[in-house]
Amino acid sequence: MVQVTLWGSLRDYTGGENMLQVEGETLFQILQNLGRDHPKLKPLLEKGVTISLDGQIYRQNLMQSVKPDSEVFILPKMQGG
Amino acid sequence: MSKIHVTTEINGDPVEFLCDGEETLLDVLRDRLGMTGSKEGCGTGDCGACTVSVDGKIVCSCLMLGAEAEGRSIETIEGMAQGEMLHPLQRKFLEHAALQCGVCTPGILVAAKALLAENPDPSETEVRYWLAGNLCRCTGYDKIVRAVMDAAAEMRGRNYAA
Amino acid sequence: MPLETEFPQDYEKRDFDVVGSRAVRPDGVDKVTGRARFGADAVAPGMLHGKILRSPHAHAKIVKIDASKAEALDGVKAVVTRDDFPIHEPAAEDRFLRDILVNVMAREKALYDGHAVAAVAATDPRVAARALKLIEVEYEVLPHVVDEDLAMAPDAPVLHDDLGHEYGGGKPSNVAGTVEIGHGDVEAGFAAADVIVERSFKTGAAHQGYIEPHACLANIGADGRGELWCCTQGHFMVRDTVTQLLGMEVSNLRVTPSEIGGGFGGKTTVFIEPVAVALSRKAGKPVKIVMSRDEVFRATGPTASASLTVKIGAKKDGTITAADAVLKYQGGAFPGSPVDMGAMAAFACYELENVRAVGYDVVTNRPKQAAYRAPGAPMAAFAVESVVTEVADEIGMDPIDFRLKNAARDGSKSSYGPTYTEIGLVETLEAAKATEHYNSPLGPDQGRGVASGFWFNFGGQTAVSLNVNVDGTIALSLGTPDIGGSRASMCAMAAEELGVAYEDVYAVIADTASLGFNDVTDGSRVTFASGLATIQAARQAKQRMCERAAKIWGIPADAVKWEGGAAHPSGPNAGDHKPMTLKDIAAMAGETGGPIAGHHEISAEGAGPSFATHIVDAQIDRETGRIDVVRYTVVQDAGKAVNPAYVEGQFQGGAAQGIGWALNEEYIYNDKGQLENPGFLDYRVPVASDLPMIETVIVEKPNPGHPYGVRGVGETSIVPPMGAIANAVSAAARVRATEIPMSPPRMLKLLRDSEQAAQAAE
Repeated sequence: MVQVTLWGSLRDYTGGENMLQVEGETLFQILQNLGRDHPKLKPLLEKGVTISLDGQIYRQNLMQSVKPDSEVFILPKMQGG
Repeated sequence: MSKIHVTTEINGDPVEFLCDGEETLLDVLRDRLGMTGSKEGCGTGDCGACTVSVDGKIVCSCLMLGAEAEGRSIETIEGMAQGEMLHPLQRKFLEHAALQCGVCTPGILVAAKALLAENPDPSETEVRYWLAGNLCRCTGYDKIVRAVMDAAAEMRGRNYAA
Repeated sequence: MPLETEFPQDYEKRDFDVVGSRAVRPDGVDKVTGRARFGADAVAPGMLHGKILRSPHAHAKIVKIDASKAEALDGVKAVVTRDDFPIHEPAAEDRFLRDILVNVMAREKALYDGHAVAAVAATDPRVAARALKLIEVEYEVLPHVVDEDLAMAPDAPVLHDDLGHEYGGGKPSNVAGTVEIGHGDVEAGFAAADVIVERSFKTGAAHQGYIEPHACLANIGADGRGELWCCTQGHFMVRDTVTQLLGMEVSNLRVTPSEIGGGFGGKTTVFIEPVAVALSRKAGKPVKIVMSRDEVFRATGPTASASLTVKIGAKKDGTITAADAVLKYQGGAFPGSPVDMGAMAAFACYELENVRAVGYDVVTNRPKQAAYRAPGAPMAAFAVESVVTEVADEIGMDPIDFRLKNAARDGSKSSYGPTYTEIGLVETLEAAKATEHYNSPLGPDQGRGVASGFWFNFGGQTAVSLNVNVDGTIALSLGTPDIGGSRASMCAMAAEELGVAYEDVYAVIADTASLGFNDVTDGSRVTFASGLATIQAARQAKQRMCERAAKIWGIPADAVKWEGGAAHPSGPNAGDHKPMTLKDIAAMAGETGGPIAGHHEISAEGAGPSFATHIVDAQIDRETGRIDVVRYTVVQDAGKAVNPAYVEGQFQGGAAQGIGWALNEEYIYNDKGQLENPGFLDYRVPVASDLPMIETVIVEKPNPGHPYGVRGVGETSIVPPMGAIANAVSAAARVRATEIPMSPPRMLKLLRDSEQAAQAAE
């Protein structure tokens, strides 16, 4: 299990919690399982989010492996200029 | 619509062309003569990307009609280097990294060349005010001003004919 | 050296031969001689000229479009309207794509002054212009709204029936979305504060102001296949978006990027490209469209305007106890203002126990916003840095010391959540404090301001191909359009890795048929991500050259190492062989197995956040309200400056754009919702005589996620200027400026109001 923190407004989709325990060994699995456990989150996750893993921003590379003590944040989709 | 026949001189070469009465000199240079070095940034004389020299005076070629080129002598960015030999301003712009996207560069170089012909030893303020009609959105002008002043210094040292 | 696919890719400290030098860019000579070909510089035989008819109304139902008279005009070859842009899959289900399509060509309603309603292709641009006047559009004008605060009011005209129900209490509203970022207990934090400052701010919408208007040339054949030439920050994005919008197969469109005359985020989407393709398809001829400056202002994306409230509490010793912000960004007629990133970036410079930022994404009758350099961050930073300085003033602390006391450091929990790894904010603050500028005296009517800024920096999908030519020179193919000299940086990194001269590497931006997919040039990603892929491609080529040398020498490949641009026998069993240079190996490529190349394809991550601190001296003319920036210093972390001259260029350019945004630039609307200043005369970007030299200090705190330590530098430089200038101006004016641009009329009013208030108090 990995502790995953969602950005504040997502509390509304998870019944008030924004720090969740999620199974998964990659970012991809974590997103899949998060969507499975919280169906209301699924469309939002599919629309695209940014993930921070151990302080690094991941916009795409979901195959990145995650350790049980990794710090994982789900953040709004980001774009640059 | 009948076209106007114009005889002029561009970068030292005799040139003849036909144009519509409403066509600007910039349209003629770019669309009829294939000289796309002069750029259109606004079409209203505000950005200076289309700057050319007409009888030694710089003008926004988007504000002058093609038909008005009759009998004039026009210089554009395409005439600035002599073969492979870059003008000192062109060389200094490269050395000082005085361009990023480069779309304003032709107009700025033409304008700067006219400045140095008139004032071989301009102050920073003089360079800034002379180039105030040429917008650059990338550089903040710092490196452009330095490049112009450095080119001026080199040209003074060498007595280079601007 | 390993070929790595996992992230972060480890930084290794090393000495550099090429990287770090001020090499002249490979595209330089073309750009100083007029030879470089930009968007509008392309022609095709038999080419038509396209022009677009735009709505004069801010908000109107389009009842009827009759183009029959235009179609009948001699020389007109095609007219397209909304009927020519049916909503194909996947735009039917993907709101993001559908909004792009609706922005490209209006459907039921015109949503802003300048919204495209029809387009014409004709044999001559002047004929096309005449044809536009013959198109009859029947509008039913609707009430409009262009301000974010007014658009959020309960009685505001609503733009979209299918948006904003959550905010509108079940009914549609103009609030497309909300976001909340933060942690801790903000109320408790304020309760523990000795000093609290709360202020509200407004920022105008600024345009990216690239000098080159959008331009493209489409050429679609009768078989539905074709080519598109255009100025863009991402030609793969153009290809994928245009084909999806027009129901084409991706492989049927080849997009070639021209040189790009500035973008700053504004060329990360499509506007005219789908229209040119649709016209070309209909006419069966090449069609060129070049926007006028008026169209650029009215119909492409400026950034959002914003309404912001920031509250910060601190103890007397300077520790911030709580920080709170409410951000309202209007992003034009469609959802997607960069308020999410504004909320995340707002307090990112500080280590805060209690922090919250709430954002509202508001739609109004303005053009669809597009990314602009660190999208969303500069407005938030303006408000936050203004209040930070005000709190420091109240406590009586030096503004840099106050920032240092609260600054985010290595291992700090960021305001948006994640723990920072290695970041360079403190280094920029310390370097700023040590500058001669910060310690110099001020003149009369002058004030000094400082502000810090943050940007995330991104990686993204990247493909690079590197070919070793027969003469030992290197052809490097990149897929990220070069907007600020990035080809020079890639050449330097390839040369560094291969051990060859910088001049021996020549980089081009390859078209969409010649290279794997690349994300757009955005997020300050190119020198980082294309650089990383270039380094890996070069390492692969080196590995192959070692294999060739091994074959020639008849020894195992692992008994060969690459050093100083040559293969050397290495190890106990390698034997005694004369090293083979890259040139030697290249000359024998055909005989030893064929062409030698390296390539690398990745979704690059680990870009590493970027921080900056700016110092500004501003002078106020109390008679006219005019502000002059008299001295300016940028201090920013570049990780490793691959080419310091171009890094300085990014610092200076961002600062100059920030100065324009702070002092003059804004979209001004009349009471009909029409843009009043769609030209460079009235939308005033800084000119050479407006600015001083912009001093730069490059801080280098290596990014652990890049082999050379590189961080992106393109965007952060526009984040601090507005706050820094507002702080300088407020010090000079002796009254807090809370609205930008701080244009002369606005400053004069502020001065008069504060004088009257002072008199009334006496």
